[in-house]
Amino acid sequence: MNTGPAPADTAGASSLKRRFERGVKSLTQGRLGRAAVIALPYSWLLLFLLLPILIVLKISLAEIALASPPYTPMLQWAEERTLALQVHIGNYAYLWQDPLYVGAYMNSLKVAAVSTIFCLLIGYPMAYGIARAPAGWRIVLLMLVILPFWTSFLIRVYAWIGLLQGNGLINHLLLSIGLIDQPLVLLHSNFAVYLGIVYSYLPFMILPLYATLVRMDLTLLEAAADLGCPPWKAFLTVTLPLSMPGVIAGSLLVFIPAVGEFVIPDLLGGPDSLMIGRVLWTEFFSNRDWPVAAAVAIAMLAVILIPLLLFQRVGERETTRER
Amino acid sequence: MPQQRRDPAILEAWQDPDARPFLEIQNVTKVFDGGTYAVDDVSLRIYKGEFFSLLGASGCGKSTLLRMLAGLERCTQGRILIEGQDITRMPPYERPVNMMFQSYALFPHMSVEQNVAFGLKQERLSGREIRSRVSEMLELVHMSEYARRRPDQLSGGQRQRVALARSLAKHPKLLLLDEPLGALDRKLRERTQFELVNIQERVGTTFIMVTHDQEEAMTMSSRLAVMDAGRILQVGTPSEIYEYPVSRFVAGFIGAVNLFEGRVVTAEEDRVVIQSDDTPGEIVMYHAHPLAIGTPVTVALRPEKLRVMDEPPSDDRNWIQGTVREIGYLGDVSIYHVGTDRNRTVQVQVTNRARRTAGPLTWDDSVFLGWDTDAGVVLTA
Repeated sequence: MNTGPAPADTAGASSLKRRFERGVKSLTQGRLGRAAVIALPYSWLLLFLLLPILIVLKISLAEIALASPPYTPMLQWAEERTLALQVHIGNYAYLWQDPLYVGAYMNSLKVAAVSTIFCLLIGYPMAYGIARAPAGWRIVLLMLVILPFWTSFLIRVYAWIGLLQGNGLINHLLLSIGLIDQPLVLLHSNFAVYLGIVYSYLPFMILPLYATLVRMDLTLLEAAADLGCPPWKAFLTVTLPLSMPGVIAGSLLVFIPAVGEFVIPDLLGGPDSLMIGRVLWTEFFSNRDWPVAAAVAIAMLAVILIPLLLFQRVGERETTRER
Repeated sequence: MPQQRRDPAILEAWQDPDARPFLEIQNVTKVFDGGTYAVDDVSLRIYKGEFFSLLGASGCGKSTLLRMLAGLERCTQGRILIEGQDITRMPPYERPVNMMFQSYALFPHMSVEQNVAFGLKQERLSGREIRSRVSEMLELVHMSEYARRRPDQLSGGQRQRVALARSLAKHPKLLLLDEPLGALDRKLRERTQFELVNIQERVGTTFIMVTHDQEEAMTMSSRLAVMDAGRILQVGTPSEIYEYPVSRFVAGFIGAVNLFEGRVVTAEEDRVVIQSDDTPGEIVMYHAHPLAIGTPVTVALRPEKLRVMDEPPSDDRNWIQGTVREIGYLGDVSIYHVGTDRNRTVQVQVTNRARRTAGPLTWDDSVFLGWDTDAGVVLTA
């Protein structure tokens, strides 16, 4: 009789131990562990990206009010036991009806697109040159591309004011060598905005392009030459298609922030170069109209993200079809 | 092993003094920036329809020579002529030469079909012609089913076939192959050797192959050149190079060899008698050219040319005594490493004729080895 419970006990203990070990194992190696690893970046995105966007979305659906914060609440106790939900979509209708906003969006997209093309045209040869330079030189040349980041962005834009203004360095130089006899109007023009954006965002174009070009297998170019393809044609049929991931990544890195750019058009642009970033700033700080400012921001997000998502969907479908 | 079934006219072309070589390499030298001579004064004549191999260890300059033929590397000195036309300064995209790269260098963003069509498109052929040539080439390498795949969806062997089809699609006068079988596993490599030779016979193109694998060079080539340190040491048919190597390096590079050093003591009409510290008696070998008495020479004997005997020969010539140290059973043959009483190790190869031989050799057996006067060569270099 005595012998009965003892083995059962030890069996129970050992099974408990086994279960515990299995639990630890699944936590560190199994699905649970993997979930824990993924949970960290996801909660970061949830907390600092999705949640703020939802707050902005909520504000954009309110009305301006003399209060603190200066907009009407979304949920309100109307009467006893009645919770009123107020969704005001007038801000979006207002954006659509007022040509100022539509014009600013269009101008932003145009400025961003043109700047992206110029960044590509200037950045591609630079990235190509760095990628094909002797290995020891590459790191030096890359450092030169990254070097401007060591100075504040704002200071660099201000420096352009000093260069471009009527009695600035460039006009001074052109006058002194006699090329012009009247100072050129460079500052506060569309030209200055393009210059500022291309200058500021060029490294974001060069770096991804460099990364794809430096990884390219150069025997592919030898093979192209061997098959009767002259160098310029080999560039178009081999190098360029193979560097498309870099072209796309660089273009997005330039285009997306350029659409919402505020500092450069504000400091270098003129009255006719109205971009959406500046409109947003005016709505928020001058008009103190938070709901309209929030609607401007959400609409901008939609303008950029929806084409991007469609583009990605098409790209994905293409790769899956090829498989 | 592929059978050499070539047109005898082609096979013999290099023996005809009046034959016009298809490709002439004249005193070609390549010096790299650091001052190293990658290729040092190489001259070669290669005839139409040959399957010629450049054989050597890595870094011997064989690949650099091939790249100069393709135009991917400039010659520092010398000339290259194809059918009498000087192509030394011609850029690669104008040469009537195509190359199959060691890494295959298939365009990853194009399908198999597009890869094969790439060279044809450069010639501005009509779309119909390109399509028919591509399908002809893919059929030749048995890859028609994979026409729409991308290179990254193919196995190593399939990629190798696509690379071959691509380099043959333009019907080049000369095809260069840089270690074409280097990336394949052993079984596949043997089968592909066969196929490559068959394809070469069918298309009739002159092939020049670079390889470090002597067995590959021996089985596939009509002739081969052994290279070392940028120079060509010997050019000849596989059997010439195997049976009559000109130097100890060549003898040692192609197959296994036993080397005995000594001096000439008597020079008879077409034989030499050699005194060697490695053998108990004198060595007598056939040698066509007279040698001065006292000349230091090396006798090179292949392992399969040695004979296992029960007792020393009566004339006390061409023999050696030793003990079996190691046995390598290879199925068809067995290799014995015999340690001699003069502190040498000699390799002997014995054919395993019967499944059980009466008294097979085993470890520590004492054996006598002998050979005939025409079993090996006498080397002076």
